[in-house]
Amino acid sequence: MQDSKMKEVQLERLQWSLRHAYENVPFYKKKFDEAGFHPDQFKSLDDMKRVPFLEKQNMRDNYPFGLFAVPLDKVARVHSSSGTTGNATVVGYTKNDIEVFAEVVARCLACYGATEKDIIQVAYGYGLFTGGLGLHYGSEKLGAMTVPISGGNTERQLMLIKDFGTTMIACTPSYALNIADYIDKKKPDYDMRATKLRAGIFGAEPWSEGMRKEIEARLGIDAYDIYGLSEVIGPGVSAECSEKSGLHVFEDHFYVEIINPETGEILPEGEAGEIVYTSLTKEACPVIRYRSRDITRLYHDNCKCGRTLVKMEKVTGRSDDMMIIRGVNVFPSQIETVLMEVEGVEPHYQIILDRKGALDDIEVMVEVNEKIFSDELKVLQNLSKQISDRFRSALGISAKVTLVEPMTVPRSEGKAVRVVDRRKI
Amino acid sequence: MNVKQLSIFLENKPGHLQSALKVLAEKNINIKTLTIAEVTDFGIVRMIVNSPDEAQRALKEQHFTCSTTEVLGLEIDDKPGELLRALETFAKNNLNIEYMYAFTEKRDDKAVMIFRFDDIEEAKKVLIAQGFNIVKNIEIIGE
Repeated sequence: MQDSKMKEVQLERLQWSLRHAYENVPFYKKKFDEAGFHPDQFKSLDDMKRVPFLEKQNMRDNYPFGLFAVPLDKVARVHSSSGTTGNATVVGYTKNDIEVFAEVVARCLACYGATEKDIIQVAYGYGLFTGGLGLHYGSEKLGAMTVPISGGNTERQLMLIKDFGTTMIACTPSYALNIADYIDKKKPDYDMRATKLRAGIFGAEPWSEGMRKEIEARLGIDAYDIYGLSEVIGPGVSAECSEKSGLHVFEDHFYVEIINPETGEILPEGEAGEIVYTSLTKEACPVIRYRSRDITRLYHDNCKCGRTLVKMEKVTGRSDDMMIIRGVNVFPSQIETVLMEVEGVEPHYQIILDRKGALDDIEVMVEVNEKIFSDELKVLQNLSKQISDRFRSALGISAKVTLVEPMTVPRSEGKAVRVVDRRKI
Repeated sequence: MNVKQLSIFLENKPGHLQSALKVLAEKNINIKTLTIAEVTDFGIVRMIVNSPDEAQRALKEQHFTCSTTEVLGLEIDDKPGELLRALETFAKNNLNIEYMYAFTEKRDDKAVMIFRFDDIEEAKKVLIAQGFNIVKNIEIIGE
């Protein structure tokens, strides 16, 4: 679709969405009124800067159904975040919203080259989390054979990959590495390359290019990113294509802007900042200028796959995951990148922040696997020095590197806990 | 065949050595000799056991990081100056010892030392030329 045509569609849908939120959700009416903005004044996309932001906290404060724009009898399903850092955020979907959800996920799968001939094993958790059901309905919509195995039970995952001839698996990238570890430790005879598995659909947590390389090499598959957030719809907001360079945003359903996280000012295309979402078609839970805290960049690059949709860079940091260590801004993904540059180091690590006196103390725990282990002390000491040198040169921080035994860093079959902040500031 | 040494990575914390040794005990693996090299945070336990491959498998299953390495088992007469004679042979041939330790039990009248070299075959060659006896793996594990 031509960009100008897309902008027309977006303008028309934005006008509907803003009015829908204003007229049906008291929270938005109050917020818009206070900002002196009325949906009638929305004449062009440039007017977006006048619309107030929606913060995560607003969603928590309106727990559970305060931001719903339709009566509950029109709501066909709810999903919810885990609420580990406060009240959970609950999102609702009308029948039509569920259709849209399935549609965008099906488009993601098509981006990875999936067709109705594929067999897709959905190893995201099924439940309140959007991952499992999101991928499930998208896969069905595409017409692929869908295997709703849910998360965990690696033994069974491997059995079904082999017996069913699964061609694609959807799970978190850390679970994909768990599977690779499991094969190494428990089933050395299991040859993933001899199965039909050819691609993985990975999302729900940020992951780096280094992690992609590791997953692809160890499982012998193509690893694709799927991005989304439950507040906006769930997975399916954007997807990588065959090029694996940036994710196409389905901008006919989600309007995206990049802002300066400090000032809230809209940044021109190409600049990095916080990505902000506005739903264009959602009925049950419209989100208007939702501040995702995800840091990325938007750009058009005449993608070789032929799609004209705007692209966003793979999200590798969140403005609220950002650590300020001795005045230096550091994202966990940068730490991961440094570690993955060291031959043999696995992305199983944990960062512990502490404050000793007035100084921040950063300790990086790295698991020693067979690839980096040596019977010679000096080899291991060199390794930890090498990692610590890289921290200094790449990130400008001196970190204490502690080598730990395997399985010391907590793993989860959902999201891995990477950072423990013990600083009391 | 050269003597096979089992090395285990352990954090320098109470109970860690114990849990590794428990894995070996449960598999009925006998430790012939053992030494530990440590720094503040971690250590490497090096040991000669009666079935290193089985030990490695069992440890790996319990998520220990370990490896096996070939080391040189050298028989020396239990009398003053004998170890020195071996070391002189290494120095003369410019062979650097990565690490070494002694065996706890004697073989007949002789002591057994374990040496780790980068080039074990070269070390063997020069020792044999000096009339030293190299101990084979099978002699140590007694199978």
